[in-house]
Amino acid sequence: MPKPSGSTQGDATLAPAVVRHRHLLSIDDLTRFEAEALIARAETFIPLVEGRAKKKTDTLRGRTLINLFFENSTRTQSSFELAGKRMGADVVNMSVKSSSVAKGETLMDTAATLNAMAPDLLVVRHGASGAARLLARKVDCSVINAGDGTHEHPTQALLDALTIKRALGRVEGLTVAICGDVLHSRVARSNVRLLSLLGANVRLIAPPTLLPAGVHDWGAEVFTSMKDGLPGADVVMMLRIQLERMQGGFVPSQREFFWFYGLDAEKLALTGRQTLVMHPGPMNRGVEIDSAVADDKAVSLIERQVRMGVALRMAVLEALAAHASNEGVDQ
Amino acid sequence: MTRLFISNARIVDPASRMDAIGGVLIENGFIAEIGAKAKAPAGVETIDASGKTLIPGLVDMRVVIGEPGAEHKETLKSAGRAAAAGGVTTMVVMPDTDPVIDDVSLVDFIKRRGEARAGVRVLPSAALTKHLDGEQMTEIGLLSEAGAVLFSNGSRPIVDSRVLRRALSYSSAFGALIAHRPEDPCLARGGVAHESALAARMGLAGIPAAAEYIFAERDCALAEITGGRLLLDMISAARTLDPIRRAKAAGVKVHASVGIHHLTLNELELNDYRTFAKFSPPLRSEDDRQALIAGLRDGVIDVVVSGHDPRPPEEKRLPFDEAAFGASALETLLPALLSLHHGEDVPLMDLIAAVTSRPAEILGLPQGRLAVGAPADMVLLDLDAPFKFDAETMLSKCKNSPFDGRLMQGRVTRTIVGGATVFSH
Repeated sequence: MPKPSGSTQGDATLAPAVVRHRHLLSIDDLTRFEAEALIARAETFIPLVEGRAKKKTDTLRGRTLINLFFENSTRTQSSFELAGKRMGADVVNMSVKSSSVAKGETLMDTAATLNAMAPDLLVVRHGASGAARLLARKVDCSVINAGDGTHEHPTQALLDALTIKRALGRVEGLTVAICGDVLHSRVARSNVRLLSLLGANVRLIAPPTLLPAGVHDWGAEVFTSMKDGLPGADVVMMLRIQLERMQGGFVPSQREFFWFYGLDAEKLALTGRQTLVMHPGPMNRGVEIDSAVADDKAVSLIERQVRMGVALRMAVLEALAAHASNEGVDQ
Repeated sequence: MTRLFISNARIVDPASRMDAIGGVLIENGFIAEIGAKAKAPAGVETIDASGKTLIPGLVDMRVVIGEPGAEHKETLKSAGRAAAAGGVTTMVVMPDTDPVIDDVSLVDFIKRRGEARAGVRVLPSAALTKHLDGEQMTEIGLLSEAGAVLFSNGSRPIVDSRVLRRALSYSSAFGALIAHRPEDPCLARGGVAHESALAARMGLAGIPAAAEYIFAERDCALAEITGGRLLLDMISAARTLDPIRRAKAAGVKVHASVGIHHLTLNELELNDYRTFAKFSPPLRSEDDRQALIAGLRDGVIDVVVSGHDPRPPEEKRLPFDEAAFGASALETLLPALLSLHHGEDVPLMDLIAAVTSRPAEILGLPQGRLAVGAPADMVLLDLDAPFKFDAETMLSKCKNSPFDGRLMQGRVTRTIVGGATVFSH
């Protein structure tokens, strides 16, 4: 049994969530129970991140968190940093410019170096799918995948689920449409897994060129037009599309993408109901989402996603720090 | 209300498989009544079509026009007159003009210009890749909404398989039709004739049949993995039928068209280095031609096109190597097609289907059939009338026809578009 580091008073949410795995590399590492526990625990941190309660705990005092970012990221990196600091951890940020040569070697060298510093938690973002898993095999601490290539971004999916739950009271039974560049999106992959795990009906909407091979086996309904995919959606989650993908390779042009796959008020109305809008950020306004929708406080959860991010990551850091392997007990 | 009645015609309509004597009542541009029982209402202008055959107006899926950019070769107006004389009431015009039709405003230009000047229906196709450079796909969704009925890279096949794969994949979201000329330009490079003993004897560089069937195999494979709609544009070789037959049997959305010249002529036309018989793809062997006819009969080939490609004398009256490919063909499409009925026993219904109902079905058009409610686009012809084709009488601006001086049978006597007569003889 992992030793709870916070006080327990009967209510499960007052204790860290319990997870089986030492690392959080993929949503597949979580059971539904674990995911729900993390989300429930994160909810208890919300007053704290919203400034409605004392902003700090000391759960992670004496623990070292290293943020290792091979790709630029403003919000994810600062979110983990803030989450760590609010729990009293010592946070070190390392931004490593990805060199085009010998990436694997660089990653392994870095892993060895970091391991020598004996951190407790290592948050890693890397441009190559599987990089977080590779790192996890080489270090002695918990590794949290903060985005690896086009593979997964599990804490984003968890914070999205938390955001949905806070806004609509539940995830189970809701219809969530994920739209845009599914092919290149780690956010989409993590969200399809997690939201399905939590009992939501997940839909994917994208031009056929931006749907991965085998997507029909993901357990989500797949559509190639907004008109077909949006009716009945409770939540529309837009994905970021990189501008260079819209120069005739995957999509003919930006204006064509916006016309057929960009979310504006008119397309949002296709859902036929009150629908909430999400975006993992950063947004390309006028490309995948119209500002009028993104900034509409009545429907947009985009700002709220950022706030939920800190609370959710606190719950994840706490759970992994409390994992047996990090408490000096053999697994 | 404008009304017209055509009586006593032999009505041949492939869509309904009708072949019977009867009448047609046209009201306000549409067919109001048709069949043996159709009667002329009192006071309606009536054309007695005794002895004539009435077929749907032809839908020609491959017409090259010089407008914009090469108006000296052909304009929408001159092509429209030629089309009307040839019984073609709908023409799909190719995007390889100058500028290339790769933008919404240009599709709109062709549509408006066609409506204003052509007399027959003009449907724009759009470029599949920007500037036809084979690298970046065009705005297939927006161009479809603007009225482009198919996407083609003209006579410039796409070498990069990934580009074609993505175009087929992307277009499937819009149900758009991709027309692609299957020809490996590397294998075909420098060639001017079908690669054969004859061409070798004549000292002409060959274009091997393999250049076509290799790309046809590839294109069918790409259509299969993407779910896109593919038209293999103007095939010419017997072996090209194999991948198409296989793909169709597997449920892949593949169609094939053949040019009228490849159905009716073979490489022997090159005798005397006649540049008017220089085509791309090249006229192939008699065995190939027979295989194409068989493919048309058994449905592997869906559509026959004119491949109309007007070339002025300065492009044709040159040494064979230097002469341009192509022929002016709107006016000879139907009589040449009918030669297969008169001379080679291909059922009339199958031949007419390949230029009316089948292209209309592939393009999703309401015309191409003679039925109540359909647009009144139709052709009256004297099916058996013999004549000697004189290229000088052609209405096209370019009179480069391989059929010049040839004896033909089957003459258009009246062409009707939307109820209005646009040609009569």
